[in-house]
Amino acid sequence: MAATKKTASKKFVEPRVKVVNGQYKVSGNFHRIIPNTPIYNEKNKLCGVTNPRELTHIHSYGGEAIFFESVPKGKLMGAQCVNPDCEFPGTIWIPFRSCCADCLTRNKPVDITKVAQETGTVHSFMVTERTGAFNTLEIPIKFINVEFTHPNIDTILMGYLSYGEPEIGMRVVPIFKKKNPTFTITDLSWVPLGTPKSKLPKDFSF
Amino acid sequence: MITFSKEQLKIPKMSRDVYLVTAGESEFRRAFPEKRQEELAIDALTMAAELIGTTPAKLKKFIHTCYYGYFADHFGDQLLGEAVIHDRLGLDPLGNVGIKTGGATGGSALWEAVKAVASGYSDCTLALGWERMDEVPTDEGNNYIACAADKDWETPMGHIYTGYYAVMAQRYWQIFGKSEPSFRETMAKIAVKNRGYAIHNPFAQGPMKITVKDVLESPIVAYPLRALDCCLMSVGSACCIVADKKTAYKLTDDPLLVHVGAGSHSLRVADRRDMQIPLLPHETKEQYADLGKRFPGGDRYPGFSGFLAARMACHYAYGMAGVKDPTKDLDFVELHDAFTISDIQSYEDVGIRPYGEGRTYVESGDCYVINPKTKKPGKLPANPSGGLIGCMHAVGATGLMQVCECGLHLWKKHADIHGSEARWRSFGKKKPRNWQDLTIKGAKRALAISHAGVGSHVTATIVERPEARLKGGK
Ligand SMILES: [Zn+2]
Repeated sequence: MAATKKTASKKFVEPRVKVVNGQYKVSGNFHRIIPNTPIYNEKNKLCGVTNPRELTHIHSYGGEAIFFESVPKGKLMGAQCVNPDCEFPGTIWIPFRSCCADCLTRNKPVDITKVAQETGTVHSFMVTERTGAFNTLEIPIKFINVEFTHPNIDTILMGYLSYGEPEIGMRVVPIFKKKNPTFTITDLSWVPLGTPKSKLPKDFSF
Repeated sequence: MITFSKEQLKIPKMSRDVYLVTAGESEFRRAFPEKRQEELAIDALTMAAELIGTTPAKLKKFIHTCYYGYFADHFGDQLLGEAVIHDRLGLDPLGNVGIKTGGATGGSALWEAVKAVASGYSDCTLALGWERMDEVPTDEGNNYIACAADKDWETPMGHIYTGYYAVMAQRYWQIFGKSEPSFRETMAKIAVKNRGYAIHNPFAQGPMKITVKDVLESPIVAYPLRALDCCLMSVGSACCIVADKKTAYKLTDDPLLVHVGAGSHSLRVADRRDMQIPLLPHETKEQYADLGKRFPGGDRYPGFSGFLAARMACHYAYGMAGVKDPTKDLDFVELHDAFTISDIQSYEDVGIRPYGEGRTYVESGDCYVINPKTKKPGKLPANPSGGLIGCMHAVGATGLMQVCECGLHLWKKHADIHGSEARWRSFGKKKPRNWQDLTIKGAKRALAISHAGVGSHVTATIVERPEARLKGGK
């Protein structure tokens, strides 16, 4: 137990990862040891124990990294199939995928920011006060599914509305977390067409 | 427009018939602070043995391979949980495998167990499922469930699966329900029915005598869904034993034929591309020609309102069993009522009603054990067990609980099992004074739907009395 205590009281250093020579190089604390505690019933009979833990995972975006890298630069990227022999040549996949789901050839990243700005429309939505643990979005969350008008786009991107009340058919435009980006999908949000700049959430811009 | 090849649409042809020999389930609760998972699995397997007048030890001697379903390692905080359960059930050194298809896990475990028998690899197999959802607080549980959505594109948004699901409900509610108060009431009636049926089920976690008003006044989870529209979060276990004909009749004189079909669709609803509605045997292309006219915005299929995976699972299962029209050929159904609105959506995917007209299955009274309008038996009762809303949703066990419940009716054991004072007492409950026998009298054939989340995996299981086998089945 003494060893556990000593480890637990050590100063916590934020976990960091770099890729060097094709290998992950990690630094800092990827987990913290927290002592467990017993669980009793009302008759003081032992029923079990708690199993606390705190740990950090490492995750590769692989071929999708360009999407998450582009969002803080104010760009919405789709992925286009460039295989002329594909059953559906020219399909633009959004959500971005590294390879075409029909022919499995490598897709080409294409900038679809303009398509989103000019045609983004709410296909469905949901407003919810409930969230799971680790939520970082403001409550209530206004989920929206954004439909685009483009001959090569047949999918409907999920996102969240940062201003106003959603309704089916509403025109929306993308906004991007250009300051303090998280490099996750939450860096991309949407607001109704015509929303003034002053109403955008902190760190976001058109 | 996506199309499917003849090869992809082939109706599966099993090498030999597969029979449901017996099945069992544990009690279901929100939490079992003083029971380990395997104790519940043992409860389920013991019931299965007792149902055919044998002991678990004797029954185990027939089992050749095992198929275990639990949705999330996270919940039990145990990787390779199937090895733990397999050992605790004393089934080593038999080959076994874990099956994971989210909410459809129970159905998928049975799918594998059936194929193993059909292929001849095994003569008798065990499909057993469970879930332990009580060992994290609700918000962390919600996060774990949300981890079954796409981790890069969906989970970071709120870590709340209900939200990803509810956008589909919203679209259906507005397009096909036309946001009408009467449609909202129809949804509520499903919650009243299923929680009411659970009152008569000793295994059930959520029995409640409630009214439509109670549902409409329960707290909003994600509009139009309210708390009483949603399924339960449960702990428990269920199992099925399947076998070839010879082994089945060695174990019981009353085995049932079993057919399972499975379908899938993208994990992210975002990826669902437009296609023509795949038709079931009793449907025509013409009947959907004006769907967009009758329901403006409803012409996109499956869009956000249909579950292609459920439709495909039924395409295969109906083909195998020779079902032409589910309302005529089936005697009752156990559907995956995760939410009242998804229940209505399912009526259409499985062909009980045409697309756009799901609500009429409830409004006509056809879905009740006793039709409240005619006071006569309903045409095709749904979820007499109480379903996911009234009985349980211990994810990996759900699909197997449904098949177990279907079996009880077809074996004419439903009243005995559900009505046994001793069973109620053994669960620390009192058999209700107004207990009703919900047996579907004379039932020969039933359907169970096991469904994952926004529809990534669905299985359709048909169990039927062998003497009532339909012509045209494979
Ligand atoms: Zn392609």
